[in-house]
Parts: sequence; structure tokens; C-alpha cells
Amino acid sequence: MVGELEFERPIKELRKKITELKEFTKTADVDLSSEIVKLEGRLEKLEQEIYENIKPWDRVQIARLANRPTTLDYISYLFEGFFECHGDRSFGDDEAIVGGVAKFKGLPVTVIGHQRGKDTKENIRRNFGMPHPEGYRKALRLMKQADKFNRPIICFIDTKGAYPGKAGEERGQSEAIARNLFEMAGLKVPVICIVIGEGGSGGALALGVGNRIYMLENSTYSVISPEGAAAILWKDASLAKNAAETMKITAPDLKELGVIDDIIPEIKGGAHKDVKKQAEGIEKVLKMSLQQLLKLSEDELIADRYNRFRTIGEYTTLKDYIGVN
Amino acid sequence: MALKDLFTKNQPKKKKYATIPTEIAKHDVPEGIMTKCPSCKKIMYTKELVKNVKVCLHCSYHFQMNAKERIDSFIDEGSFKEINENMVSENPLNFPGYLEKLEKDRQKSKLNEAVVTGMGTVNGQKIVVAIMDASFRMGSMGSVVGEKITLAIEKADELSIPFIIFTASGGARMQEGALSLMQMAKTSVALKRFSNNGGLIISIMTHPTTGGVSASFASLGDYNFAEPGALIAFAGRRVIEQSIREELPEDFQTAEFLLKHGQLDAIISRIDLVEKITNILEIHQPGGEIEW
Repeated sequence: MVGELEFERPIKELRKKITELKEFTKTADVDLSSEIVKLEGRLEKLEQEIYENIKPWDRVQIARLANRPTTLDYISYLFEGFFECHGDRSFGDDEAIVGGVAKFKGLPVTVIGHQRGKDTKENIRRNFGMPHPEGYRKALRLMKQADKFNRPIICFIDTKGAYPGKAGEERGQSEAIARNLFEMAGLKVPVICIVIGEGGSGGALALGVGNRIYMLENSTYSVISPEGAAAILWKDASLAKNAAETMKITAPDLKELGVIDDIIPEIKGGAHKDVKKQAEGIEKVLKMSLQQLLKLSEDELIADRYNRFRTIGEYTTLKDYIGVN
Repeated sequence: MALKDLFTKNQPKKKKYATIPTEIAKHDVPEGIMTKCPSCKKIMYTKELVKNVKVCLHCSYHFQMNAKERIDSFIDEGSFKEINENMVSENPLNFPGYLEKLEKDRQKSKLNEAVVTGMGTVNGQKIVVAIMDASFRMGSMGSVVGEKITLAIEKADELSIPFIIFTASGGARMQEGALSLMQMAKTSVALKRFSNNGGLIISIMTHPTTGGVSASFASLGDYNFAEPGALIAFAGRRVIEQSIREELPEDFQTAEFLLKHGQLDAIISRIDLVEKITNILEIHQPGGEIEW
């Protein structure tokens, strides 16, 4: 069933029990209200306990829910007058990425994001949110347009990765991703990136070179899917659950590693429970970071982005190596 | 010696069976004197092969080169000065077994990491060069590879001299997770700054250049070159075959395939490499007299 998650089962069962009891008291001639109150108290406690201890693998499941809000869902709540622009001006229109112009609280902005479908039909149209080179080139074209008209750029990241296919290789998937990383570095406008679902490898990063990078609490961002990591590292894709923990792909992990700036809290149980409310949480963060970034000059914005990525990585220096010469 | 060691029962068993050399072992020629070409199967003297910059004397197959061999064959003799040679990886994710794997590769390859960076001259022209070496963790990019390449780009920027990179990599390094992924952004951001300052970037893709490396600095040269036959890919061939369920052309993801699809400026044989790169460097030399 859509929205059915293993770790939520105890909550669901308890809730069902409470509803049953309530139904029962309506018809039967016994007073169970004290019992119900007790159970409701227990439910609250249980929810707190479960939702505060969501394991990495559970977050992967939440991030992958078919009914998890997508880029277009958030766009409809966050912006006014969104006008979608199609095509990369050279090959085609990749519907795995959407982009266009809109207003955010009166401020003209450019919005770009990966777009997956919510059912099979839409997923086929959108290639499951896995872009081809023309998708990245469309995104870049729109970023350049934003740069010209001095509009901040907001990117929503939500992809399993760039599509691994023959056509993609022929048309330069590598070059398209690389070009975006390179050109995003030089944008003279604020760039804010938000991971809203899965952030899969280079295909996610190609919309991810921003001044600020945020993640929704239950989203993931990784160099490879947990299944892929398990297959490569331990030759067993069924160890994905372990890989999800080892690879440090959740928002709290990545904040600690300095990969993201902050976590946007999700409403209890996940963003899908109330899109409108979740959008309000995103709105707050967008407003705050735009207010900060709009104070910076063009050069300062570029320098800020440079420093943002320049400092990522952990290494040390040996004393006793003499090099290849 | 303990008493029990006197009894044969406790002695390590001798092999009772004869070993039959495998197919591969049978065709193997003792390491050192002779080398067999994996492409045309002809055998040649290793010394001659090395003298021919590790290009097969019969069929021009390009053997993989390590960083040391690349320096010897590409940089003017005695001009190379390595930088940041002592930088080594940590284990940011506490990934089980990662440090041991690094140590093993350090012993095997005599390198501290999968890239060697430094300054030198090519036919007298100053450059900063980064050379990836696939013998260390398959040339994969983690924090150190990203940092060393970024520092090399910054050095080229500081000195206003061209930056040349030889790529050879299996992609991002799994064991450093998202930190590896972010090195793609870090190096690209550095290249952008260098490029905006007028810096010349030359990328020479060698076998193999895949994944996160091909999707970042390898593809960002003002000139993108490749060695003949090099595998250059974003996604693995098997992954693609599984996802599209059809057989791929034999030259799929080779340098020749990329050239045909407009992704490369040229394929350059290693034998002509110094001459061709010198040519490009000369065209980019500032000043010079116009003779008309």
C-alpha cells in the first residue's frame, strides 16, 4: 500500500485499536473513556519515540514514498505565477527536470527541480525523475537566464541519479553534469538548493552547487544508492540497510560532515502527511536565506559559493614520504 | 618446540595434487624481460615497449601508464617538482577496513594517493600537472584526490600557467561517501575561477576515466583529449545493458565513440602527445610577434 512503512506499524496498530474502542463505546453500554485516554497518551509517547529515532534505512523508505511531495507540489504552494519553460534549445525537452520563472513573496526567481512521477504513467513520461543530458542543459539554460536578469535561483533536488543509458552516453551525460557544476560556480545570483527526496550522486549534484544547501529531514544525499553501495562493497545488494547506515546519507549525518548547511524539519511522520504545512517550513528557510544572500554583491556570492565547497573533505599530512621523484 | 609438533599429524599438510597452470598463467610471460600485448597478443621486449612510451610496437595498443611513467614520458627531464605529496586520506565515515585498504595500496603502488600533482615544463613551457594513477584504489576520487587537484588548479591560477590533467579513475570513492561526491563540485568550482581568470585547462583522458571524474574535471578542459582506446564513461556498461536490455556496440564508451559523438577535441596517440600538447601550449603563449 502507498504510504505503508514498516517502522510505523506499531503506531498504526495502536491507532486502529483506539478507533475500534471508540466505535465500541458508541454502541455498547460500557464506559471506556478512561481506557481510551490512557491509550491515547500511550500513542503520543509511542509516536514521539518512533519518530525521534528514525533509522537511516527508514528515512530511505520515506524519501522514496510514491506519495512524497515532488518539486511541482512544492512549487504550487511556495510561488506565485510559476511559468514553466521547456527544452534545452538544442535536442529536446527532458521532463525529468522542470524549470521556470515565478515570484516568491513578490521577488522574481527562477525555480528548477528534478521531477518524478507519482504513478507509473507519469513516471514513464518523466523517466522516474532520472534526467538525460538535455535535462541538465535545460536547467543550465534557465540558470543563465536567471543570471542575466539578476534573479535568485532555487533548485529542488529529487532524483535517484542521472539516467544510465545509451542515449545519455552518446549525448554526453558526463559533460552535461560537469558543465553544470562549472557554470553554477560562476553564477552572479544567489543559488539555494534543497534536497526534498533522494539526492542520487552526480545527477543530483548537477543542480546542487549553491550558496546554501538544505535537506528535508527525511531526505537522503549520497554518492551511490544503498543498494549499489552494498553490491559493490559487499557483493550483496540485500545488505542495503547496512549500507544506508555506513554510507552516512541522511540529513543529520551530512550536516555533521559539512556537506549541507542545515536540516529543514519535517512534520511528524514525513512531508507526505501534510504538503501545505511542509511547504511552510521550506518557505521560512527560503525567506531567511534569501534575505541573507541578497545582501551580498555578485563577487561576494561567487566567493561564498567557492568557499562553501572549497572546505569540504577530510585529510591529513604525513611526515615521512618522499614522493615519486 | 611443543611436544605435539613432533607428531606428523600436526604438521602442515603438503599439497597432494599437481597444480595445473590456468589459461592465463600459461600465456603469461615472466614479468620484466618480455611483455605480451593484450590486444594483438604479440610479445616484445619490455625495454623496447617502455622506450616506445608503452605503446605496442605492433598494433599501437596503449598500455596503462602509472604516474611515474607519465612524468618520465611527458615532463622535461628533471623539471618536475611534486607538491602536496604527503597528503593522505582519513576515514571520515569510519568505514570498516578502509584504512587497511589504503595502506595496502600505498605499499603496492608506492603512492600516497591516487593522484600526483606538481609543476614542470613541457618543451620548456611551464605547466602545473595532475596525474591520476589507477593503481591506487582504481584511481578513485576521495577527499585527498579532490583537494590535491584543487590545490594544483589554484597553483596554476597563482602562477598564471596552464593546467594539464591526466585522468584515470573508476569514479568517486565509495568509502568517503558524500565527501567524495562533493569533490566533483570542489574541483569544478576551482576550475571555473581559474578559467574566469583566463587560465588554460587541458584534459587528457586515459584508460579508464569513468563516473564522477568523467562527470567533473575530466570533461571541463578548454581542450578535451583522450588516448586511443581509452574507456570513458559516465555509467558502467553493465548497468546500462541491464537498464535498456539491449546489446551495446563494441566501441561503446571508447575514446573513438566519444570523438564520433562530438565529446572530444581529438584522440592523441601517446607517441605524438608531447609534440601536440607543445603545439597547443605555444598557441596559448602570450605575446609573440606577428610577422606580417
